[in-house]
Amino acid sequence: MYAQMVKSTGTGVKALDEMEPQERAFQERINAGDKIEPKDWMPAGYRKNLIRQIGQHAHSEIVGQLPEGNWITRAPTLERKAILLAKVQDEAGHGLYLYCAAETLGVTRDELTEMLLDGRMKYSSIFNYPTLTWADMGAVGWLVDGAAIMNQVPLQRTSYGPYARAMVRICKEESFHQRQGFDIMMTMAKGTDAQKHMAQDALNRFWGPSLMMFGPSDENSVHSAQSMAWKIKMNSNDELRQKFVDQTVSQAEYLGLTVPDENLKWNEKKGGYDFSQPDWDEFFDVLRGNGPETTERMEARNKAWDDGAWVRDGMMAHAAKKKAMKVAAE
Amino acid sequence: MGDNSLVLGHRVSEWCGVAPVLEEDIALANTALDLIGQTQLWLGLAAECEDKGRDADALAFHRDVWDFRNLLLVEQPNRDFGHTMMRQFLFDAWHSLVLAALKSSENSDIAAIAEKSLKEVTYHLERSSDTVIALGDGTEESHKRMQAGLDRLWPYVGEMFLTDEHDLIDVTALRPAFDELTNDVLDTATLSIPTDNFTHKGGKTGARHTEHLGHMIATMQFLPRAYPDAKW
Repeated sequence: MYAQMVKSTGTGVKALDEMEPQERAFQERINAGDKIEPKDWMPAGYRKNLIRQIGQHAHSEIVGQLPEGNWITRAPTLERKAILLAKVQDEAGHGLYLYCAAETLGVTRDELTEMLLDGRMKYSSIFNYPTLTWADMGAVGWLVDGAAIMNQVPLQRTSYGPYARAMVRICKEESFHQRQGFDIMMTMAKGTDAQKHMAQDALNRFWGPSLMMFGPSDENSVHSAQSMAWKIKMNSNDELRQKFVDQTVSQAEYLGLTVPDENLKWNEKKGGYDFSQPDWDEFFDVLRGNGPETTERMEARNKAWDDGAWVRDGMMAHAAKKKAMKVAAE
Repeated sequence: MGDNSLVLGHRVSEWCGVAPVLEEDIALANTALDLIGQTQLWLGLAAECEDKGRDADALAFHRDVWDFRNLLLVEQPNRDFGHTMMRQFLFDAWHSLVLAALKSSENSDIAAIAEKSLKEVTYHLERSSDTVIALGDGTEESHKRMQAGLDRLWPYVGEMFLTDEHDLIDVTALRPAFDELTNDVLDTATLSIPTDNFTHKGGKTGARHTEHLGHMIATMQFLPRAYPDAKW
């Protein structure tokens, strides 16, 4: 899940008969499964919430390039290098679709970028963790993209048209990413002792942070209830986390790796695994800016933006000159 | 050809995630991907010709500096975006001419790789030319930076046209076409070509690379060297 803890602006879900006619008509369209399009009327809270959610998702794609970019120059074969490059390029592309989707709501990409860079907007907590060995490229694809898919597949049905359509394209690519991650893990898990060690170590370090990607339990959250009524959040955090654990445990077994949770146990009655909660104190520390690589990620993004200013200015100046010449010629 | 695309592909890939604007992140990754793809083809063919049981990966990851036959230009570090795009433009201009000549090679494998690569490189050249023009002509600062890139990299241009006994084509004969192409773009970009035509050499022959290459391959070859028994 690339958008965590997105707080809804609403004060709770209103019943249809408490709504003004315009809002009621809007909610009825959502209930009927209609898509809301950029020019349609929408409540201010719906717009604001979507900007936060799509913006945070876009930022996650952009910052998410860094932990994997960390290994592109050290990829161990030409093929792995090409695949990783293609994957990170896809992520930049996802960022682009999502910023475009957010722009349809009346915010610019530059505004969103500035909010990321000065800390007003967040990105997924997972990208604040370091990638220390090549097996982490496997773990990121398998677990992180796996968790993202859990959240994003239902979002293909989200009520906002441009977001839903962006998600359709993104999901196609994400499933390829997850497969390549699993393929790296498989090669490592069946490799030399050192490779097996790297694979298990990567799983140990990424398991908890992956569970945190879904956010804390939101059973009693008014914010979540409003987002679900608007169909910009399709499932509860716990529901998605359970689904992720149930899917991933058997994959870990297939790899011959051990999920780092002593309490992990199949529960026949609920038809799913019982498992330990991740360390939520750590999660809140990360959200407060104390993730192991948070400072590095923000420094890298700020440096890229600052160092690139002359390039953006130069491009714009040239485009303006060309336009002026064209106008003069006409 | 394989070492040129490997080394430049690696350099360009160093930009991943930190380009000046998102569209450039995507475009640079795309260029790097094309070059790594070409590396697989060229080094694959080289290994096949050598017939000693090595493959493209063995050539990329298990040779030391003296065995690399890339031009000194492509091992130059990225420095800023201006240097990176100027290096790309100078290389693309040369690369497109060389590939066009190799397309007529009597060796059908070489001709096929050249033909496939030329399609990609034609696009690389179009993009790097546009960028050099835009930034040369853009603002005072972007102009200054592009001129600095050109001045810094010009002493590595001459090596591209030194022919040796391993060349399948006469690269020296390509210089007039290169000059015409680059003069045109650099002129539109309002940049001045340095008058000193001194050239560094030793990359293509492997006799004397710059210090930069050793650091690059230390990073690139770390895993296969540290874990020689592993398959990845």
